[in-house]
Amino acid sequence: MANKTIKIEILRYRPEQEDKPSPQLFEVPYSPDLTILEALQYIKDHLDSTISFRWSCRMAICGSCGLMVDGVPKLGCKTFLRDYFPNKIKLEALANFPIERDLVVVMDDFINKLEEIKPYIIPEDNTKCLSDGPHQQTPEKLAKYKQYSMCINCGLCYAACPQYALDTKFTGPAALALLARYNRDSRDAGSKQRMKIVNQEEGVWGCTFVGYCSVVCPKGVDPAAAIQLLKVESSKDYLIGMFKPD
Amino acid sequence: MSKRKPYQREVSSKWWLAQAFYSKYMLREGSSIFITLYSLILGWGVFRLSQGEAAFNAWMESLQHPSAIIFHFIALLFAIYHSFTWFSLAPKAMDIWLKGKPLEDKLIVSGHYIAFIIVSVFCLVVIL
Repeated sequence: MANKTIKIEILRYRPEQEDKPSPQLFEVPYSPDLTILEALQYIKDHLDSTISFRWSCRMAICGSCGLMVDGVPKLGCKTFLRDYFPNKIKLEALANFPIERDLVVVMDDFINKLEEIKPYIIPEDNTKCLSDGPHQQTPEKLAKYKQYSMCINCGLCYAACPQYALDTKFTGPAALALLARYNRDSRDAGSKQRMKIVNQEEGVWGCTFVGYCSVVCPKGVDPAAAIQLLKVESSKDYLIGMFKPD
Repeated sequence: MSKRKPYQREVSSKWWLAQAFYSKYMLREGSSIFITLYSLILGWGVFRLSQGEAAFNAWMESLQHPSAIIFHFIALLFAIYHSFTWFSLAPKAMDIWLKGKPLEDKLIVSGHYIAFIIVSVFCLVVIL
């Protein structure tokens, strides 16, 4: 029992010494309670200190340790070796993002998209004074957007999205789900500004409803639903615009 | 000096074979080809009807050909597959709230099936 091991193949990329990624095989001690992230830490501590990967919280909150496990986007901290043992596990940097080094990707495009959709509450012009107290919200109003606010920006949904793979101009699942989160918030009055982003070809209409984004989300967010509902809003916006151009 | 050299992976033209989920998606979307062809054949029938009884009967005759029957059978399978996948996705595109709670997914899905059965039975009754 104590001597059981599991093989882990990691697609490595060291930009200073190679032009393209190549796989490297490691063998780590197996235990059913070990996560992929812990296996990576074992490799770094005991087998090869040059291996690079991102992590922080170890509890599916920081969204740092996203990677492809046997071709499926997963959080390293939330994926257990026992679900693959005794087979070999193949690890690769998150798909659809450029590889910076080993399992680390360049997320700049994703971060820019999150910023683009105005991810903050835009109050009405006649906004109330701070001394008037907080904006009140009923549990029912909270429920309208709460699910979409659970996103941890791990990028798994982008790695799962074939549309983003084919054209990175597509705003993408997490950013659009976050957009829905603010548009659906009763305290927000910025829908009109955000609809300009939604209505674009690169906005919701870049989505063909593959739906894999919602399957891989580790936090139970449903970006596919957010996008389809925004398509309905976008169509309404278009129809209203035909009769009431502004 | 920076040694940064981000590596952009190519998207394989076989990406949709990499995951069963993607393959099913492609089948769902690919069903539109068969449904388009079916619609064109049906449209052609309407056109032949406008040319008189003989022309319409010739069109009806051509549908008896084994290849036409095989095509229609395949088109039917794809149409059923498309409908079922679409019904299961329907709750994602519907935002119905009753008494402060979102309507349960299974109610939306079963609503679609009930409507599907009613329309199908109605069409069959009208035809027969």
